[in-house]
Amino acid sequence: MNITLGHYLSLGAILFALSVIGIFLNRRNLIVLLMAIELMLLAVNMNFIAFAHFLGDLSGQVFVFFILTVAAAESAIGLAILVVLFRNRSTIAVEELDALKG
Amino acid sequence: MATTLSPGLLLVVPLAPLVGSLIAGLAGKAVGRRGSHIVTILGVAISFVISAMVLKAIAFDGVPHFNQTVYEWMTIGSLKMEVGFLIDGLTAMMMCVVSFVSLMVHIYTIGYMEEDPGYQRFFSYISLFTFSMLMLVMSNNFLQLFFGWEAVGLVSYLLIGFWYTKPTAIFANMKAFIVNRVGDFGFILGIGLILAYTGSLSYSEVFAKGEELTKLTFPGTDWMLITVACICLFIGAMGKSAQFPLHVWLPDSMEGPTPISALIHAATMVTAGIFMVARMSPLFELSDTALSVVMVIGAITALFMGFLGVIQNDIKRVVAYSTLSQLGYMTVALGASAYSVAVFHLMTHAFFKALLFLGAGSVIIGMHHDQDIRNMGGLRKYMPITWITSLVGSLALIGTPLFAGFYSKDSIIEAVHESHLWGSGFAYFSVVAGVFVTAFYSFRMYFLVFHGKERFHDKPFPGEHDAHAEEDHGHDDHGHAGHGHDDHAHGHGAHDHAPHESPWVVTLPLVLLAIPSVIIGYLTIGPMLYGDFFKGSLFFDFEKHPAMEELAKEFHGAGAMALHGLSSLPFWLALAGVVVSYVFYMLKPEIPAAIKNACGPIYRLLDNKYYMDWFNENVLARAARATGIGLWKGGDAGLIDGAIINGSARGIGVLAGVVRTVQTGHLYWYALVMILGVVGLMTWQLWPYMSQLMGRGA
Repeated sequence: MNITLGHYLSLGAILFALSVIGIFLNRRNLIVLLMAIELMLLAVNMNFIAFAHFLGDLSGQVFVFFILTVAAAESAIGLAILVVLFRNRSTIAVEELDALKG
Repeated sequence: MATTLSPGLLLVVPLAPLVGSLIAGLAGKAVGRRGSHIVTILGVAISFVISAMVLKAIAFDGVPHFNQTVYEWMTIGSLKMEVGFLIDGLTAMMMCVVSFVSLMVHIYTIGYMEEDPGYQRFFSYISLFTFSMLMLVMSNNFLQLFFGWEAVGLVSYLLIGFWYTKPTAIFANMKAFIVNRVGDFGFILGIGLILAYTGSLSYSEVFAKGEELTKLTFPGTDWMLITVACICLFIGAMGKSAQFPLHVWLPDSMEGPTPISALIHAATMVTAGIFMVARMSPLFELSDTALSVVMVIGAITALFMGFLGVIQNDIKRVVAYSTLSQLGYMTVALGASAYSVAVFHLMTHAFFKALLFLGAGSVIIGMHHDQDIRNMGGLRKYMPITWITSLVGSLALIGTPLFAGFYSKDSIIEAVHESHLWGSGFAYFSVVAGVFVTAFYSFRMYFLVFHGKERFHDKPFPGEHDAHAEEDHGHDDHGHAGHGHDDHAHGHGAHDHAPHESPWVVTLPLVLLAIPSVIIGYLTIGPMLYGDFFKGSLFFDFEKHPAMEELAKEFHGAGAMALHGLSSLPFWLALAGVVVSYVFYMLKPEIPAAIKNACGPIYRLLDNKYYMDWFNENVLARAARATGIGLWKGGDAGLIDGAIINGSARGIGVLAGVVRTVQTGHLYWYALVMILGVVGLMTWQLWPYMSQLMGRGA
């Protein structure tokens, strides 16, 4: 069986959908939420690599490095915020973080 | 005196009392009691001297009439608002009367208010009144007339409530103010109509356009515009000159100090309405309907207010009802187109009514501020000057030949007789019957006060005041049995000693007023009624209203008129009135008591003043209050505050309550909304290409 662009894109879409559902369904832990966001970025990376490979253009793969770097930075900042949040609220349960409630 | 009147000199006439008033009012403490009465009397005296010079210039030297603007206040488009003077015979005469009576009252006040703590304030008010009244009569335009009109109303309010700690005085001044506002509403509507249709406020310009006004009708109706305008103006006159049914404030105004009753509520301010209608004679002459209304209202006032005077026991109230009745006479004369007669009666009445009031005030001083005539009697021995001058005033009032009142009142009766307008028959009956009533109540008071048994030792009616207060007669009754009203200086316990004659500052004005009360009619009837003194200031349409022309034909000099008067009906009626009152109150006092018992319902009707106060209090005032409460509760509190202001706040609150449920505060919710938004946006954007995308995918 020959693996086509469609297969890669489908995988990316599935990963993206998983991460979105992860964001919605997750009521417990903020870390899971961060992980879902990482997964979302990976889904995007998958699309970039697939297009780069099939279109024969390497700049797409270069972009993935940028995205990974930014994702790492973002995770670091996110976790730092998480620590501060836990110090203040003594919880990281998503359900209880509703200070923006109207 | 120069051949023309100078504006500067005329300006001094109203301003001198104003300056006096300001000094006494604002610096009363600094100048002291003596200082304030000197400065105000000086101001009024200057006014009087200049007024007399102006009168002489107009009447004897033939100086042309003065009609000029002295100050331009503002101009709005073509509408000019100015202060100006119109000086002609009518104005010159009014100026003299106002400043003379005012001067007398100023002097009299020194004695009457001697012990009052509000001495300076009182002088300030009466000088301010003199200023306002002079501005009113000297005006040459409607705006200034209205200014003076309102200013005298204000001073009247201040003075009725001069003793502001007395609840009855406060009630009376509110009543006077409110009733006058009703009249002023009509007055300002009339001025507005005239301004709207002539585009001018100046007398001369409006009068020049009078003929054009007769061709117009009031929009939406077929009434003549001039009739509507004149009746509106007359409603103003009804309020100020206390004509039925707006007369209710005048008897209550007796709550004020007696000099005020003489100056404002008898001699000058209440005649402002008469003066105004006379001044507007070129307009009133154009409308027969308006004249009929004027005549009928005047006739009702003249007769029915006279009846009320018969049963009053407060000395000031008797004179007050007599004033109402005499104002009715003047109004009847206006209705009969005999403007000069009305103004003539205004002048003579000013003298003898001021005299009667000041005489009553003198009696009140002598009686130690007891005002009930049933407690007096035999005062002629104790107060000879007051006695003589009051007798002169009463004789003038009832129209004894040769006295001032005779000439004016007889002329009114004759003029009404010659009038052929609708309602003149009733008016003629009223004024003739009124002569008897006038004589009866005047001499009832005279006999009860100055003759008969001396009742002031045992006070047959000391507690009348309290007894009346318990009966449910309506609000007016606290004034009914007047003693205790003027007792600002003396307690009730001080009644034991005998009455005494008043000091010279009180008796001097009495004497000075008694002189014109006797002679002024004899001297001035010729030039004022039949000469050309009022030429150019009063307007007569002889073809439509021939009353004055007929009178002139029958007039053969003042002496002849007096002789003729002896054989005429009014003289015999007046004599009958005097005789009947003598019999009733001197010879057989049991007769009036028997009549009172026999005619209980009529007595009660009169005692309650035809239930006018009851009607006003319970119907008009109650309806107005109910409307006010309805608008307050329903309109203001309910609709505006409740529905619009609080309602919109509540509405926003409810809406916000619905909308805020969207903001759960949970991240996943916001993310979902965001994703849904992205999906929605992409669907919306990509919908046209959907088939293409699908096609490629397939």
